[in-house]
Amino acid sequence: MIKLDSVYKSFGDNHVLRGTSLEIAQGTSMVIIGGSGTGKSVALKSVLGLITPDAGKIYVDGKDASKGDRDAFLARFGMLFQGGALFDSLPVWQNVAFRLLRGSLKRPQAEAREIAIEKLRRVGLKSDVADRLPAELSGGMQKRVGLARAIAAEPEIIFFDEPTTGLDPIMSGVINDLIREIVVEMGATAMTITHDMSSVRAIADNVAMLHDGVIQWTGPVADMDASGDPYLDQFIHGRAEGPIEAVR
Amino acid sequence: MNPLAILARLGAAVLSILAVFGRVAIFAFDALTHIVRPPYYPREFAHALLNIGWLSLPVVGLTAIFTGGALALQIYAGGARFNAEAVVPQIVAIGMVRELGPVLVGLMIAARVTSSIAAEIATMKVTEQIDALVTLSTHPMKYLVAPRVLAALLTVPVLVGIGDIIGIAGGYTVAVKNLGFNSAAYLQNTVDFLETRDIVSSLVKGAAFGVIASIMGCYYGMNSGRGAQGVGRATKSSVEAAAVLILAANFVLTGVFFSL
Repeated sequence: MIKLDSVYKSFGDNHVLRGTSLEIAQGTSMVIIGGSGTGKSVALKSVLGLITPDAGKIYVDGKDASKGDRDAFLARFGMLFQGGALFDSLPVWQNVAFRLLRGSLKRPQAEAREIAIEKLRRVGLKSDVADRLPAELSGGMQKRVGLARAIAAEPEIIFFDEPTTGLDPIMSGVINDLIREIVVEMGATAMTITHDMSSVRAIADNVAMLHDGVIQWTGPVADMDASGDPYLDQFIHGRAEGPIEAVR
Repeated sequence: MNPLAILARLGAAVLSILAVFGRVAIFAFDALTHIVRPPYYPREFAHALLNIGWLSLPVVGLTAIFTGGALALQIYAGGARFNAEAVVPQIVAIGMVRELGPVLVGLMIAARVTSSIAAEIATMKVTEQIDALVTLSTHPMKYLVAPRVLAALLTVPVLVGIGDIIGIAGGYTVAVKNLGFNSAAYLQNTVDFLETRDIVSSLVKGAAFGVIASIMGCYYGMNSGRGAQGVGRATKSSVEAAAVLILAANFVLTGVFFSL
């Protein structure tokens, strides 16, 4: 289980997280929604330790995420970055097998390559992309490679940062379905941040709405449409009028 | 303006400069300690050796040969004013080995390597590749910084040595072909005049300049701002800082080696 307990984070005068509290049960898929610049990415990166909160605690399986063996902690996670964040200088298969080629999870090169190709197949890519460089792939293919890299070491927890941003609706649907299938198949705990409502309905077990640095509403995805929460209602229906200022 | 306000601004500027020095010093110390602490990334190191050492050879060679040739012409013309044309071999040798070789190679490395390291790492930062490294349990200081700094520490002295030899060869070619010097006498004068201390100082300067150039590239890359402008600013600042620090370090090292 992942638990954020009154997490605060500011960048200068910009108070992004103002006491964010959230719990994600093991084996469930939580989607955090909210407008641009509301701190969704900051919350996600705080869990991974990429950003250090100013105050508050983050627990993973009851243990303080800021303490203990960092390598062992990170080995439990996989992450799909918004832009893919693939390493330009490495061919696709080495991107996917990055963790398997070095460090505590190191395998022989042939075995790592085999696993990479299997993961590429799992996300719908043929083995002939394995030796290409990331720059030679389309945006959708890069996202799939990023997804393959996120699941390569079979992590217990997977984070997805804006998984469908920049993709056409069909490719977004493909990526959403893949994420759902993989999360269910692996039994992983998933945390996704997005403002794409089709992703929310496809991926989420539970939804949390982040606004003004706090969770405004959280609950099962099935309850989202009848929540009665004015912030959530405005967001999911994309209305300019409501408690959320359209120009922030 | 209120004198106190002027003082406050001045103080703030001095403090911010000192803070940058402090951050760079901590970064440099961190980078150097990561070189000796496992895990090691031999493939990244080999790639850095190739990029910093081998691929810098053409620009180093061309810079040195033209500088050596020009130096011979200048010394000949300047020496003629007081009948001292014969000192061309000695002055070219001492000028190239003690000063021009290390400084010019250092500045070429700042232009070629520091800029490329800063731009590459800054782009990785902007595109979240450095965050991705962390999530893949790989320390960016070990994977990106340590191999580059070690490669620069080892290859820049070699480049300086090669630059010294090519520079002397440039002076020799001009002196023998254009200025009427005897080939064997020129070489003998060069060898006789150079001391071990000259060569050691040249190589030590090379090592110091290599560390400065690589650390500045890595530091500004890792601390880049957002977007294309952030990458551009990081690249520009890294080259400026590396060039100024190389010249300052050259002054200090020259003092250490030759004013005793």
